[in-house]
Amino acid sequence: MTELEANAIVARHTDVFQRPLLERFRAALIIAAIALYMIFAWWLFAVGQVISNGNWDIAGSYLADWVSYEVRPDIEYDGDALDVSFPRFSPLGDDPKPDWVVTETATVERRSAGTTEATSSGSGATSGAGFLGSLDTKPAAKDDGGFLGAMPSASTPPETPTANTTPAEPVVTREEAIVSADVSFGGDTHIRVQPGFVTVTHKGETLELDIEERLAVNARGPLPDWASQRAPGAKVIVRFGFAGRAEIEDDEVKIRRRFLGWENFFFDTRSPYWGMPVSEVLGTIFFGERIEEGRSNLAIAWDNIVNNADWQHGDVWLKLLQTIVMAFAGTVFASLLAFPLAFAAARNIMPNRFINHLLKRSFDFLRSVDMLIWALFFTRAFGPGPLAGISAIFFTDTGTFGKLYSEALENIDDKQREGVRSVGAAPSSVQRYGVVPQVLPVFLSQSLYFWESNTRSATIIGAVGAGGIGLKLWEAMRTNQDWENVAYMVILILLVVFIFDNISNTLRQRLIGRQGAEG
Amino acid sequence: MTATTHSPLLSEAGQAVERHWRELAGRRRLYTIGGIVFMVLAMSGSLWFANESNAGKFFDRLPYLFDFVGQMLPRDGWEIWRALFDLPSPYDDGSLKYNYPDGRIYLTETFYLPEYFYKMLETINIALVSTLIGFGFGFVLCFLAASNLTTRRWLRFFVRRFMELLRAFPEIVIAGFFLAVLTIGAVPAIIAVSIHTVGALGKMFFEVVENADMKAEEGLRAAGANWTERVWFAIVPQVMPNFLSYALLRFEINVRASTIIGAVGGGGIGEALRLSISRTHEAKTLAIILLLFCTIVAVDQLSAWLRGRIVGRQAFEFGRGG
Repeated sequence: MTELEANAIVARHTDVFQRPLLERFRAALIIAAIALYMIFAWWLFAVGQVISNGNWDIAGSYLADWVSYEVRPDIEYDGDALDVSFPRFSPLGDDPKPDWVVTETATVERRSAGTTEATSSGSGATSGAGFLGSLDTKPAAKDDGGFLGAMPSASTPPETPTANTTPAEPVVTREEAIVSADVSFGGDTHIRVQPGFVTVTHKGETLELDIEERLAVNARGPLPDWASQRAPGAKVIVRFGFAGRAEIEDDEVKIRRRFLGWENFFFDTRSPYWGMPVSEVLGTIFFGERIEEGRSNLAIAWDNIVNNADWQHGDVWLKLLQTIVMAFAGTVFASLLAFPLAFAAARNIMPNRFINHLLKRSFDFLRSVDMLIWALFFTRAFGPGPLAGISAIFFTDTGTFGKLYSEALENIDDKQREGVRSVGAAPSSVQRYGVVPQVLPVFLSQSLYFWESNTRSATIIGAVGAGGIGLKLWEAMRTNQDWENVAYMVILILLVVFIFDNISNTLRQRLIGRQGAEG
Repeated sequence: MTATTHSPLLSEAGQAVERHWRELAGRRRLYTIGGIVFMVLAMSGSLWFANESNAGKFFDRLPYLFDFVGQMLPRDGWEIWRALFDLPSPYDDGSLKYNYPDGRIYLTETFYLPEYFYKMLETINIALVSTLIGFGFGFVLCFLAASNLTTRRWLRFFVRRFMELLRAFPEIVIAGFFLAVLTIGAVPAIIAVSIHTVGALGKMFFEVVENADMKAEEGLRAAGANWTERVWFAIVPQVMPNFLSYALLRFEINVRASTIIGAVGGGGIGEALRLSISRTHEAKTLAIILLLFCTIVAVDQLSAWLRGRIVGRQAFEFGRGG
């Protein structure tokens, strides 16, 4: 193509090659407008500030909570002794002795006048690391941490209590107490707690902390980058990533050790099956002695799973069923009511313009008053629960179905109706045989589609009080403690939505063929 | 039409046809009856269960349903207007119920935006921002999920499953998580609604792309265009009207969704509505409902009009909630 030809083409099609300025830069202008709007929105919602003020540390631990759990022993200083305690509903059951907390006990003298000053039976017990050799020590837990081997752990355990044998003037009692605790975080990470002294080992670095009881925490030397302290003397927080963290305060050491998995998913700590491996559980259920008179082991196992205190399986399943029922009953009722109303609203079927218009506007009203408003309204009327959810879905979807159905009716092929009418059929027969066969598959397909989408909506309106799993989810999230339960419920919801999606798609494909099923 | 007239003089073949027809009709009737029985059982079971597990029982509460409606009526009709436009109330006793002027947002010395209009605008902005974000990400993802543009099966599979996950993941959980991490307000609502929108729009977009005419793409391929150029010059101009139309539809849905998320702590009008209903501030509640209703109708009309201009009259209503 020569230049001449090219110029000729340009001259012939000026409207293509020389478009108006506005048209040429339209895309750029639109993108610029959107960018400006986004900047405005950024300012309006103070996005930057909100994000920088966000508590991202907590976000990490909440996310970790989805798939893991924490065990939280507290080690309190009690004069020369330590007091290791677990919270009441610890996932390890009552009075746990986990093998990653190794304690040593020794006989400690204490004055019962309430003063915390006490003299130890051993020499130099308060002086820190050097006292081990002179004490009667005994590991309270199984000897599997490698570090224990170096300790003189063989001596006989002292008898308890020995207080009565040595009465002193300011009643001094002698009792056996924990004088050292070593918490392992896996790998080479350890926290060693002794009265007045804490050693933290992580990544080959060692942090030594002097504790002035109820006064201050002071580090010997600079803090490594995994430890932080807000002010001199304040508590020291050490973080070990996923393995957990610890807060070393002036009166106690708070341990937060994290383990992967969902703890006590089947049996909670009160169950006789708690802590058993799967094979043993199965063995007990099918071949074992009866745990309880008059009930089979299987019944006990089932009862324990359903009433699991941590996971509340029974309640979660019930609430999930409520959500499913809400979506199902709401959609069915809405379809049933919208079906006859749509005939009256369709212009080509009901000749009365006034009724057409009235019905269509009421459909619009039902649809436009949002599902949320209906849900709040019926929650007040019926009290929280699935009835409110059913009613909310029913009201909104009657409007939606009415609109969709009447539009489908107005688009029917008139020839069938004419044919049926021409043989002298009654008006009801004309509808039954001339109209319904054309629209019924479309109606059903739309109802099925909304059934599936309502399952999702029902979850959300549940959170405002309409019952079902939404409310349960919301409660679990409010406490900020039970993110693993949230994960469990989310998985159940995803499963249900997935199954319903497939059922609804399959049925729709059978009803109206492949093409129409893609809504 | 079941009343067929019998002719005794049917031939052998005619009798076979009739027998076959009877069989078919009988089986169909059986299916219909079975289906109805199943539905009736499922419905009555569902209703019984819903009624049992509800806090108030249906028939106990029904007579009081309209008591509640009565409770929602304000002292006089003008109260609704006063609540809506933040005008001082003659019943003002210093309580939260009648403190309408307190919520005014002054733009200049004398000109103010009434509280609920401001909150409504906030909700609309949440919806708009989420729709734009969803449009952006959905636009990028949809070409990777379309079978006519992405030949790598694993990539398509991965992108599609990813979008399904975004779509099906309950919005309420995303909102709840970010409400716990960030403060209560609009940002968690934007994140939650956006994530859902990416999945929903992405799915609709890739279906549009798969139905696009591939001749233009072939022409560009013959001229040696690379993948991005082919998508940008051959596919995008074809699908853009449909994309915009779906995005508008999504915007309608997002206005509703951000209202609901607002009610659980995401700010905006939803929160105001929940608070005023739970505190039984009749006039405020009715004012909000009125405002919300008008806004939703206006947004629906606007979007329907725009969609009509973009793609002509096509019934897209079907896509709601996807």
